[in-house]
Amino acid sequence: MRFRRIHGLLIFALAAAAPALWLAGCKAAHRDPFPGTGDMNGWIKTDDTRVFAAQDLWQYIDGDSEQYVQAGVVSTSTSDYKYADQIEAAVDVHTMKDASGAQRIMESGRGPEAQSVSLGDAGFAYAQSIVFRKGHTLVRIVAYQSTPETPRALLALAHAVEARL
Amino acid sequence: MKNRRQFLKEAATGAVLVSSSGKLGMAALLSESRPAGKSKVVIAHDATLHGEGAQPDEQKVLNLLDRAITAYTGHAKPVEAWKSIVPMDKVIGLKVNGLGSKGIATHLALTMAVAERLQQAGVKPGNILVFDQNAMFLAACGMIVNHDPSRVRCYPTDAAGFEDEESQWGAARIRITRIVTRECATIINLPILKDHQMAGVTFALKNMYGVVDKPFTLHGDHCNPAVADLNCIPAIREKVQLTIGDAISSVYDGGPGFHPERLWYPNALIVGEDRVALDTVAWDMLEHKRAEEGLPTFEAAGRAPRYIATAADAAHQLGTNDPQRIHRVEI
Repeated sequence: MRFRRIHGLLIFALAAAAPALWLAGCKAAHRDPFPGTGDMNGWIKTDDTRVFAAQDLWQYIDGDSEQYVQAGVVSTSTSDYKYADQIEAAVDVHTMKDASGAQRIMESGRGPEAQSVSLGDAGFAYAQSIVFRKGHTLVRIVAYQSTPETPRALLALAHAVEARL
Repeated sequence: MKNRRQFLKEAATGAVLVSSSGKLGMAALLSESRPAGKSKVVIAHDATLHGEGAQPDEQKVLNLLDRAITAYTGHAKPVEAWKSIVPMDKVIGLKVNGLGSKGIATHLALTMAVAERLQQAGVKPGNILVFDQNAMFLAACGMIVNHDPSRVRCYPTDAAGFEDEESQWGAARIRITRIVTRECATIINLPILKDHQMAGVTFALKNMYGVVDKPFTLHGDHCNPAVADLNCIPAIREKVQLTIGDAISSVYDGGPGFHPERLWYPNALIVGEDRVALDTVAWDMLEHKRAEEGLPTFEAAGRAPRYIATAADAAHQLGTNDPQRIHRVEI
C-alpha cells in the first residue's frame, strides 16, 4: 500500500516536472554557441552571427559546401572575433545531423602536422586554426594573423565556444 | 608630385579628373611582344612583396603590376601600356575573388593598383566597377560597397541582379549578372591562385563562377566541362580579356577556403589574355608546390583540372594548354 503511494507520488512529480525539463532541454539545444564580447579575456565579437541552412551554404563557402552537405550539415553559423587589436578570427559552427558527419569532416581536413588538443570529443590545432567536434557539432576557428600569441588566444576562444555547446 | 596615398584618397572622393580620350578596346591589344602563334603569360615576381603573416606592401604591389604590364605589352611606360589596353569611355569591370574569406582573397593592394593605373590612363573613377558574388566576398577583398559614380564603384552581382533569361552553352545553364551583360564593356579578371577540392585548380577560368546566379550547379564531375562551357557563353568569352592573376599568396591544398596551414607566398602576379594558358601555368605552379610539400599530384588526388583541356579542345577553343604554344615569361 505504502509502495503504491510512493510510486504514485513519483509519477505525479515526474509528470509535473516534465514540461520544465523539456524546456530546459530545448534551451540547451538552442543555446547560442558564440561567446559575446566580455565573455572572454581579450576577445571581442566584431559582427552579428550569420546562419546558413544547408541549401544556402554555398553562399558562404561555395566550393567547400558540397562536402559538408554530403556529410549531413543541417546549418552553419559563423561570426568574427578580434583579439587585442592584433588577431582577427572567424568561428564556424557546423550543426550536423549526427556525430559521424562531424567526425568525417574533421578527419578529412587533418594534416600530419596537426596537434591533438583536449576539446569536445576530439580536436586538433595548427598554429593558426583549431578544429574540434562535440556530439553532432563541428567547430572550426581560423585566425588571419600569425603572432606568438595566436595559438594560446585561439585555444582560449575554442574553450569558450566549447563551454557553450 | 602626389604620393600614392594622396592619389588614392582623391580617387576615392572623385577629385581625380582625367581626360577621357577613348582608345583601343582590348581586342586591339598586346600582340607585338610575343612570338607568333604563342600565348604570352608573364609571371612577375618580387620576393620582398609579402612577408609571412603580413599584408603586402602597397607600393611594391604597384611596382610589380607596372613591371608585369609593361613586360606583357612591350610598352616602356605603365600608363602607356594601360592606354593601349582599355577603352577610355566605357565601364571596366574588375572581377575579384573573395570566396576564401579575407585570408585568401584578391588583395586590396592589387585591386587599388589596377584602379589607380586605369585612372591615370584616362578612365573615370565611376567607370571602374569592382565586383564579386556577394557583399561578404567583396568585404573579404577589403572592398566597401559603393554606388557613387564619382568614385570607383563596387557592388556584388546579387545586388545588381541577373538576367531573367538563362544563358546556355553545353552543360552550363545559368543566369548571368547584369554587371557583365549590361554594365561593363570589358572585364579585367583578378582571380587568386588556389587549390580547389572539386575543380583541382581555381584561377582564371574558374573565377567566372562568381558572375552567375547559382554557381553550385556547375560543380559536377570536378567542374568539367562546366568551367569551359561557362567561359564560352558570349558575354563572358568576349568581355573577359585580360587577367591579372593574384599569386601574392595562395593555398596549395584544402582550397578554395582559407587554410592557413596550407598558405604559401609565391609573391607573384600572373598576367595574360589566354585564360587556358594562364590556368595551365597556374596548375603547373600549384603542382610544383604540392610536390615540394610532399603532397600527391592532382591526378593522384583524383581531382586533376580536366576542364583546362576541355577549354582548349576544338569545341571550346578558349585558348591553348600546350606548353609548347605558351610563351612563359618569368621576370
